[in-house]
Amino acid sequence: MYLNVSASPHVRDSITTRRLMGDVVIALIPALIVSYFIFGWRAVMLTAVTVAASVIFEWLSQLVMKRDQTIGDLSAVVTGVLLAFCLPPELPIWMAIFGAFVAIVVVKHMFGGLGANIANPAIVGRIVLAVSFAGEMNNFGILGRFLGEGQADLVATATPLANPDNVKYLDLFLGRHAGTIGEVSALALLVGFAYLLFRGVIDAWIPVTYVGVTALFVWILGKDPLLHILGGGLLLGAIFMATDYVTSPTTTKGKIIFGVGAGLLTGLFRLFAASPEGVSYAILLMNIMNPHIERWTRNKTIGGVDYVA
Amino acid sequence: MARKTSLGRELTKGVLRDNPLLILLLGLCPALAVTTSAINGLGMGVASTFVLVMSNLIVSLLRNVIPDKVRIPAYITIISSLVTMVQFVMQGYVPALNQALGIFIPLITVNCIILGRAEAFANRNTPLASVLDGLGMGIGFTVALFLIGATREILGNGSIFGYFLPFVGEGHMLKPIMIFAMPPGGFAVFGLLIAITQRLNNKFYARQPLGTMDRAHFPGSISARTDAAMHGVEQRFPEGASAAQVPGAVPETLKKDGKPIKEKDQQ
Repeated sequence: MYLNVSASPHVRDSITTRRLMGDVVIALIPALIVSYFIFGWRAVMLTAVTVAASVIFEWLSQLVMKRDQTIGDLSAVVTGVLLAFCLPPELPIWMAIFGAFVAIVVVKHMFGGLGANIANPAIVGRIVLAVSFAGEMNNFGILGRFLGEGQADLVATATPLANPDNVKYLDLFLGRHAGTIGEVSALALLVGFAYLLFRGVIDAWIPVTYVGVTALFVWILGKDPLLHILGGGLLLGAIFMATDYVTSPTTTKGKIIFGVGAGLLTGLFRLFAASPEGVSYAILLMNIMNPHIERWTRNKTIGGVDYVA
Repeated sequence: MARKTSLGRELTKGVLRDNPLLILLLGLCPALAVTTSAINGLGMGVASTFVLVMSNLIVSLLRNVIPDKVRIPAYITIISSLVTMVQFVMQGYVPALNQALGIFIPLITVNCIILGRAEAFANRNTPLASVLDGLGMGIGFTVALFLIGATREILGNGSIFGYFLPFVGEGHMLKPIMIFAMPPGGFAVFGLLIAITQRLNNKFYARQPLGTMDRAHFPGSISARTDAAMHGVEQRFPEGASAAQVPGAVPETLKKDGKPIKEKDQQ
């Protein structure tokens, strides 16, 4: 009998990084279409710019660091779309490109490329931009015709979280309110979520626990939970960013811990911190906790030998 | 320190090979706290260099006088006297810089670089070598602080030595990137400079091909395990041992007479 001794993995199937990332891009398209109707062409252009910048930075990084070229796996495209989705539509172009630089070069490739990054690149790109350009990153607007003013230009206005008076839940659900490019329409994000679940790209543990715990926390403290679910970046973060394969736990137990932690942190940041939004900081902190969560929740190997890690 | 080194090398080693900030990773507190502008970095560097050279000289001159048991208090006394002088001079001639550097000027007293050079070099070398060592280390520290400060000022404030760059600021297309003026940006620039320095260091000084984290050459290394990873060799078993001889490496059920089951045993 011959025993072929080799390192795992031993079984492979047809699911590739490219297929998974392609599915995520497809799931993000409804939100992009909605953003065109809410914010006009500039939202789509900004998304195109960050995607192009992300792919180019990925190509350049791999060229300079003499790594294999993997721009075909679409992971840089996903990062670019997600980064654009958490930017306000009127952000200057060069700032968006700087954000893509931080996301791809600093967060992804300086830490070792796809699979080795310690935090979600798009989240860190957004946070660096938010810290660096507070004015521009909080300059939210919406096309004038949704405010009954008959204008085809963006009109500056506050987000529902910053100004919670007189909001209609239907408007929040459909996306007729100010916000970042991708976060406005809960409906479009839920369509994307359903697609990802159907294709088996993600499972529901992290999004459901994350949104549920945030809503519960906000409700206990006497605020409107529905407003907090629909009015900010919670759905975008919970569905597309907190479920990033590289920076979220692999076991169900770990996913629940991750979702609960992110939910509590988001509630705390939103109600008690200086900024009305806190999803990105919550996910970043849980990303950093991820290796520890993975260690606490590691599955026991059947018949394995005990060893000290 | 028995090895023979030329005086020239004592001067130059502090700049790149043993750069106190970027290779030895000493003096991080002032390096990160005051380097928001080029002039702050330069001022801090020059003040520290003066204290470093003078303390090395005095400690070296007194190295046969100071009893070993009380050497640390003696060094601190020497250093703090020098720092007091520096602070009076700065208060008198450059009050604005003194204001900007604030508490970090008195804190030069407990800067690890100065105490470290007194302890590791000046108390066992001649005054001339000690002065050159202090000067080289001081220049290395100043250059590093200046580079961090200049980078952070250009990116975080849109200016250099207080003069604003064209195309940046109010009414122009580009705006300063605030994060570089804040602590996270300081850490980011510092990390990048460490990477660049180690790269240059490898290029100019490594005699044999070394990993960037070789402990013997670069004391900034994290652990032996990291070294192994950097060299691409992970040692699973002790030297010369095979899996069969290490307890627990192979489950008992697979062993026979202390050896792993081989093909012919099964037939």
